Amino acid sequence: MKQGLKNILLSAAAAITVFVMAQTPAFAATDTTATADMAATDTAATQEAGSEEGGNGEVDVQGIIFGHINDSYEWHITDIGGKSIAIYLPVIIHSKTSGWHCFLSSKIAHGHEYEGFYISTSEKYDGKIVERGPDGEEIRPFDISITKNVLSLIISSALLVTLILCCARWYKKHDVLKEAPKGVAALLEPVIEMINDDVIKDAVGPNYARYSPYLLTAFFFILINNLLGIIPIFPGGANLTGNIAVTFVLALCTFLAVNLTTNGHYWREIFWPEAPMWIKPILIPIEMFGMFTKPLSLMIRLFANIMAGHALILCIVSMIFITIKMGAIIGGSMTVVSVGFGIFMDCFEILVAFIQAYVFTILSAVFIGLAQERPHAEGHKN
Amino acid sequence: MSLLIPDSGLLFWMLLIFAVVFAILAKFGFPVITKMIAKRRDHIDNSLRLAEEAEVKLGQIKQEHARIIAQAREEQNRILKEAAQERDNIIRMAQTQAQDEARKILDEAKTRIDAEKESALREIRSQVALLSVQIAGKVIRKNLESDQAQIDLVTRLLDEANTSRAIKNN
Repeated sequence: MKQGLKNILLSAAAAITVFVMAQTPAFAATDTTATADMAATDTAATQEAGSEEGGNGEVDVQGIIFGHINDSYEWHITDIGGKSIAIYLPVIIHSKTSGWHCFLSSKIAHGHEYEGFYISTSEKYDGKIVERGPDGEEIRPFDISITKNVLSLIISSALLVTLILCCARWYKKHDVLKEAPKGVAALLEPVIEMINDDVIKDAVGPNYARYSPYLLTAFFFILINNLLGIIPIFPGGANLTGNIAVTFVLALCTFLAVNLTTNGHYWREIFWPEAPMWIKPILIPIEMFGMFTKPLSLMIRLFANIMAGHALILCIVSMIFITIKMGAIIGGSMTVVSVGFGIFMDCFEILVAFIQAYVFTILSAVFIGLAQERPHAEGHKN
Repeated sequence: MSLLIPDSGLLFWMLLIFAVVFAILAKFGFPVITKMIAKRRDHIDNSLRLAEEAEVKLGQIKQEHARIIAQAREEQNRILKEAAQERDNIIRMAQTQAQDEARKILDEAKTRIDAEKESALREIRSQVALLSVQIAGKVIRKNLESDQAQIDLVTRLLDEANTSRAIKNN
């Protein structure tokens, strides 16, 4: 609760900054690009867009939300007095024509062009670095820049590894039979024990020990990134687990864990199920399809839940700036409502952060457990 | 729709970083922790089982204890009863002995009394006989002063002797 309260206070502070910025005439718009075009630019750009719109008395909620949800080449923290405070991140790209390029994203911020590269505003490559092709069209280079999400990923991974290794170190240094765990070990042990014993052991079955490192890693990875995502300022606030690439990799790992370590019975169930002959042509495609839909559902579920959570909180906060134009009474009362809702949503998101990590882990464990299935006759014997 | 298309850069970094994180945690992190947790759980289970066994054993010892106490009490009762019996026996024996003794004494006293009585009677009888002889002598001496009387007496005595002989012969 305390954490949630802190978060909403921080988000409120951040939102007020945005609001102040929106009122600053220095940001008065000259560009009247359509809102749809701006919908998915990076945070700084969208907030500028918001402020530009703000000049016309409108708050670009869509721009703010998509600016947050999407990745960006810089980590925009806040704006103070019209000055944007952001961490510019290294851009690493490989162009087919000019080879590798590596520079700070400050060089291409605010629409600047550097070494022929710039951030696109076109519909196709919106918000991404592109280079100008020979006949004027935009070409997307191979891009492995350290973006906001990548930096967030590095930070959260470092944090996760540190936490878990600290915990493991405690167990190495202390006699587990004589001492009760303290510090990080005491914090993590109940969670690890719960996931390992109640989820993994129950769902996977007898040889669960082989899969428990992966499933525990996945659980803690998702949990820590979900929780960091709720914190509104650096180093939190990145929408990492609400990004399809991240959930894709996680789902891919589950897919590999299920399909690479299974036994012959699993493949037999898919390609030659125990069913009447005439039903087999129907069943086999369904089973093969099911092979892919299971991890796909994992991917979409995590992505959609976290992204929706982020979007919803941003909507609620944005409500303050939309209604403030309607006068003091409506604006004031809606602010109270928004803050109340925001507190609720932040608490709810903490719950969702855990639930989604838990669901991903339990479903992965169940899929692995199903693939480990023994034939029925043997199962009855056991 | 760009939301649903995985970005190649993030995909690359995510694959790399997640693989590294997984490798580190799977090697040095989770197995250590889960092994230790399992070890402690086994230890706790073991301890609980041992405690349970100890409790059972303790119960058995208590039972044994109670049994021994009950046995001792029984023994005590038995000994007390025996002692009481013994006492009664001794008393009874003493009583019978005393009675016997008393009877013996009484008997002795009676026999002695009888003997005394006999000797007294005998003495009396002899005295009476002596006296009667003396008296009879005196009486006879007085009666037989006349001759006739002496003859009558001798005759009567002879008759008497005859009749008694006749009766005997018959």
